[in-house]
Amino acid sequence: MQTPVLANSRSSLAGGSASGAAQEPTLKVDDLWVNYKTQRGAVQAVRGVSFEVGLGETLAFIGESGCGKTTLGLALIRLLPKTAVIPRGKAIYSRNGLATDLLKMDQGALREFRWKECAMIFQGAQNAFNPILRIRDQVLDTAQAHGESNPNRVRERVLELFRLVSLDPERVLNAYPHELSGGMRQRVLLALGLLLDPQLIILDEPTTALDILTVRSVIEVLRDLRKQIDFSLILISHDLSLAAELADRVGTMYAGMLVEVANVMDTYYHPYHPYTIGLIRAVPTLSGEHRDLISIPGSPPDLITPPKGCAFNPRCPYATDECREQQPPLLNVGVDHQVACWNWQTVVADQGSRLIMGARAQA
Amino acid sequence: MAAMMELFNLERSFKIGRSTVRAVDGVNLRVNEGEVVCVVGESGCGKTTTGKMAVGLLRPTGGEVRYRGKDIWQMTPAEFRKYRQAVQIIHQDPYSSLNPTQTIGDILAAPLMRHSIARNRLDARNRAAELLRTVDLTPPNDFLDKYPHQLSGGQRQRVSVARALTVHPSFIMADEAVSMLDVSIRVSLLKMLGRFRKEMGMTYLFITHDLAVARFFAWDGRIAVMYLGRVVEIGPTPRLIGEPQHPYTKALLSAIPEADPRATRNKERVALRSMDVPSLKNVPPGCSFHPRCPLFVPGLCDVEVPKLTDIGHATEVACHVVAAEHARAEGSKVPG
Repeated sequence: MQTPVLANSRSSLAGGSASGAAQEPTLKVDDLWVNYKTQRGAVQAVRGVSFEVGLGETLAFIGESGCGKTTLGLALIRLLPKTAVIPRGKAIYSRNGLATDLLKMDQGALREFRWKECAMIFQGAQNAFNPILRIRDQVLDTAQAHGESNPNRVRERVLELFRLVSLDPERVLNAYPHELSGGMRQRVLLALGLLLDPQLIILDEPTTALDILTVRSVIEVLRDLRKQIDFSLILISHDLSLAAELADRVGTMYAGMLVEVANVMDTYYHPYHPYTIGLIRAVPTLSGEHRDLISIPGSPPDLITPPKGCAFNPRCPYATDECREQQPPLLNVGVDHQVACWNWQTVVADQGSRLIMGARAQA
Repeated sequence: MAAMMELFNLERSFKIGRSTVRAVDGVNLRVNEGEVVCVVGESGCGKTTTGKMAVGLLRPTGGEVRYRGKDIWQMTPAEFRKYRQAVQIIHQDPYSSLNPTQTIGDILAAPLMRHSIARNRLDARNRAAELLRTVDLTPPNDFLDKYPHQLSGGQRQRVSVARALTVHPSFIMADEAVSMLDVSIRVSLLKMLGRFRKEMGMTYLFITHDLAVARFFAWDGRIAVMYLGRVVEIGPTPRLIGEPQHPYTKALLSAIPEADPRATRNKERVALRSMDVPSLKNVPPGCSFHPRCPLFVPGLCDVEVPKLTDIGHATEVACHVVAAEHARAEGSKVPG
């Protein structure tokens, strides 16, 4: 069964404490910053992000390219490139009542942390299998590298996981990567990620470049896994439909910040932040009325010199002087709903009246 | 309406080692003047190959491409030049389709000079500026002397559009033209392309894997769904999306995730008999969808290739079962 790495390597974990509270979130990130050093100056890719993910919960980060969502994922598993620095922040990981700041882990603790506690599946990783090794050998390699040396035990766990992700274990284990379709390789990766029973999985764009019917199968497999295994899932995607399928809560990122965090229904049906509203209005849909789509004017800011005040103010129709002067904090504005906008009440009132007008026009 | 582009039994096979792959296998498609036709399908369905043949980039191994009634491969060199000028392309990747060593001004001036549209360098520069204004890159002087790497993805794709417009085309083939762009930028580009229909009477062959994008862009046009080199269903957009007829179209539409949690989580899915997409090297006999199709009839679907059949509402479907049902319904109508 699972061997809690935190218990084994307690001595190597700075700040480890046995609080015993079972309801501790798996991950609690507080004021996390990530900068990339460049010749032009520091690119502030993540700027003061705070959030929590509970056990069994799926949190999705949505946002457009360059918003910092992948950097955030890499920071959490401490795989940032050498040019990156984390000037500030905490990321408290808890399991079985033991908590540790994963930003303070040393290399030894990190080795234990990765895969046993947290697995990240990268964008396009289904194409990164070693082409000359059978899947079986790659699975064994992974297990051995992370301290599981009993091949029989690994095999048993793999058989179980492959069945969970709807793969025929015998066929797939003996196959070379090129003999499997993109969707099958993605499912092998999911099984591989779960191999050492981690409590946190980070998926970065898991369905990009897959065909529609394959995307559907990956979504269904993820949904089944969530029902059968207890783990926390962080989903990073530019694709709003993937978050709509899988997320319990959604964090909208813009210019390195979380501008809105809400339960999935609020995010899609009652968004408060003008950027979230803009994103959702810009996505074409298949069902429902053929409605006009509205694009967001302008483009995202340069993160070497982010704009003063709210980063979205140059593109925002609701921007006021306050927005141009001061960064709005992420405020609790409803049940499981946080938004960083000075004018959120005006926005909500305006959106509400628009919806009513739309309903009247149809009647 | 007059047909601008017609594809007749279009075929294209490629030799891979000793085997032959039929990427496009008997496609019939007509694009009328001023119309938008979207070709949708998953990777390997032959949509890009079809598009390339339509614009004369690839020679078919069978069938014909007719532009304004003329087979493009039987044209005189002068006619062919005219056709290639009238038919322009927007590629998927704005990062690799623009020459990185040329300024935006040079990129736009080159075709203007080559086709003798501009009288001299100065005229070319003025026309390039005008084109930038057309694609909403304003003020043009901010862009003319920049290099592609200094622009964002959305701006680059606008330059690609401006370049396509240099030679006053009447037909644009866009292959996944907005797939690499962020959602907020995607819409403004689609709207701009739509605007050209009204302003310039532009005709589009729009190739995409994204049915929601197709629905938005071709709402008053038609969608053709391709599967393994063949068109399986074609019809007016609202009808094809709202009441899909071919089992493959139904499966696709039911599988697509949408940015609407309630709708997407509660959608009824079409269950397929197999998740495996057959290899193009080994296309199943008869209807190539039969190994996965929930309506499969043994002895019919695995023997005979279904032809596109008119089932009313300007919709054609290549399915034995759907066609038979339609014929039965028609037959049972009381005459008179």
